[in-house]
Amino acid sequence: MKYAFFPGCVSKGGCPELYQSVMQVYPQLGIELEEMTTASCTGAGVLQEKDLRLGDILNAHTLALAEQQGLPIMTICSTCQGVMSQANHRLKSNPEYLAEINRVLAEEGLTYRGTTRVKHFIWILLEDIGEETILQHVKHPLTGLRAAPFYGCYLQRPREALGFDETPSRAKSLETVIDLLGAEVVDFPGKTRCCGLPLLTINQPNSLKMVAHHTSDAKEYGADLMVTPCPLCHLNLDGLQSKAAKQNGMEIDLPILHLPQLLGLAMGLEPKGLGLSRNLVATESVLEKIGISV
Amino acid sequence: MPTTFRIKRFNPESESPQPYFQEYELETEQSDTVLDALIKIRESVDESLALRCSCRGAICGSCGMRINGHATLACKTKVVSLESPDGTVQVEPMNNMPVIKDLVTDMGGFWDKIRQVQPWLQPAGPKPDAEYIASPESMKHLTGVMGCIMCGACVSDCAALEVDHQFIGPAALAKAYRFVADPRDGASDSRLLALNTPGGMWDCTRCMECIEVCPKEVGAMDRIMDLRAKGIDQGMPSTCGSRHAEVFADLIEHKGRLDEPLLAMRTFGLKNIGQMLSFLPMTLRALVRGKLPRSGPLHRAIPGIDRIRRLFRHTRNLP
Repeated sequence: MKYAFFPGCVSKGGCPELYQSVMQVYPQLGIELEEMTTASCTGAGVLQEKDLRLGDILNAHTLALAEQQGLPIMTICSTCQGVMSQANHRLKSNPEYLAEINRVLAEEGLTYRGTTRVKHFIWILLEDIGEETILQHVKHPLTGLRAAPFYGCYLQRPREALGFDETPSRAKSLETVIDLLGAEVVDFPGKTRCCGLPLLTINQPNSLKMVAHHTSDAKEYGADLMVTPCPLCHLNLDGLQSKAAKQNGMEIDLPILHLPQLLGLAMGLEPKGLGLSRNLVATESVLEKIGISV
Repeated sequence: MPTTFRIKRFNPESESPQPYFQEYELETEQSDTVLDALIKIRESVDESLALRCSCRGAICGSCGMRINGHATLACKTKVVSLESPDGTVQVEPMNNMPVIKDLVTDMGGFWDKIRQVQPWLQPAGPKPDAEYIASPESMKHLTGVMGCIMCGACVSDCAALEVDHQFIGPAALAKAYRFVADPRDGASDSRLLALNTPGGMWDCTRCMECIEVCPKEVGAMDRIMDLRAKGIDQGMPSTCGSRHAEVFADLIEHKGRLDEPLLAMRTFGLKNIGQMLSFLPMTLRALVRGKLPRSGPLHRAIPGIDRIRRLFRHTRNLP
């Protein structure tokens, strides 16, 4: 199983530990990655506020590159996945629009035929690698650990573009993985809500209220940690958690792990190699709980 | 089919007016909607249950409520279509608005915000002899947004409203778009200017909840994005929101990728330096923890950036 790997800007920027942990776990799972170094940012839904068509052109460029390679794309970010899925959905469902976008790509000697599939790492885990293989790799089951899932909006909505109709199990993919790794799922109402990051530079108090609300809520439901497949959510939930706690007069201290970090711990990989020391909310309590000496 | 309904009850006139859940066992038919079931409960089990409904055909927008955690119309939701791990159907009043009793919410605030966007046509120029004419083609893009039945589902599940009731909300913004984008309207600039303020179009967090829960596919968030694009196009005074979008696009054009520090600095600008500096402790902690970008401290441009720049240029030449 080989994929064109689209790491996304944040795994190369604000969350380098995500990229690091993916590099640790993937070779053992029987997949090959070829990194797409010349693909641009998806626009993250922000560029699309200014110009939706420009966003679709940039993403069609990325999709066309993968099509040339004959590979499906693997993402490791809910936002990259969602924005690319939406662009792909618009292009595939409207031949006239695809032709219009292809006229621009043609200037660069490219064309997109609409055949590229884009999959988040979590979907690849469950749909391509498979539950049995994952279980074989779980060398250190996370027994006793209570993990709250946090998806990121773009991995939940809109359902149609994300292929939930064809693959309904995607709606609960994070719970499934947590369960496979031996941890207990902490089902809390905020798991599919917004982390607040899109508002951070626009309305900081509101953004931080969302961080405080979801992290404290998960903790009240008994979570030892939160796990997310979205580095943008991680930036807010981990990076801004102490600021959010201060603003809202709370003490929270809920460790937020990237999905590959949690997977790596269950696979028995070293916490340091998974970049856990780079998370801003200390993760030692998680390690202690699963019997890893700190 | 035996079904358990777990209904959130609230009676402000009771001795201890606190919300609580009450369960009802009911035999439902294959064809029953949640509204049918609620009416059966009220008529045959508990006449004290309060709910609001009228047309029963997803036209009037009266029976908006939260079913299994998401806002929707009870009359449009078949009981058999619902999935729940324990087979229970949970019914709650809509969120982000006061509850009057049980499943009945006070829509007063909802209507105030709709009125705030002046939801009527304000044409410019001399009055025509007869009606104001618009071609079908020029109105086609408004058919979705004109389908809004004001049920309040989008407002109920809006993540931005949950933390800030001053936000005008998705329903009013979609309604504003309906007039901003009407070719007969002459008040587009003043409408956009009014929405270009705190609590307006830039306070949406783009979570897409409103798109998912809308029973009429109005796509409120998409319309909010259309308003933002129009605001930028028509040169509305820049805000942190509009600068965020403009700088983001500019960074992709020049680097092919996001540059978080530069994005923040240019979005805040000198005017908001205080906000910028408030991130300093977090930035320092991140650096101490070794969170250094893999693309280099200054976020080098991606290989092949020349092609990305050319794609931007080609796009500018499009009609």
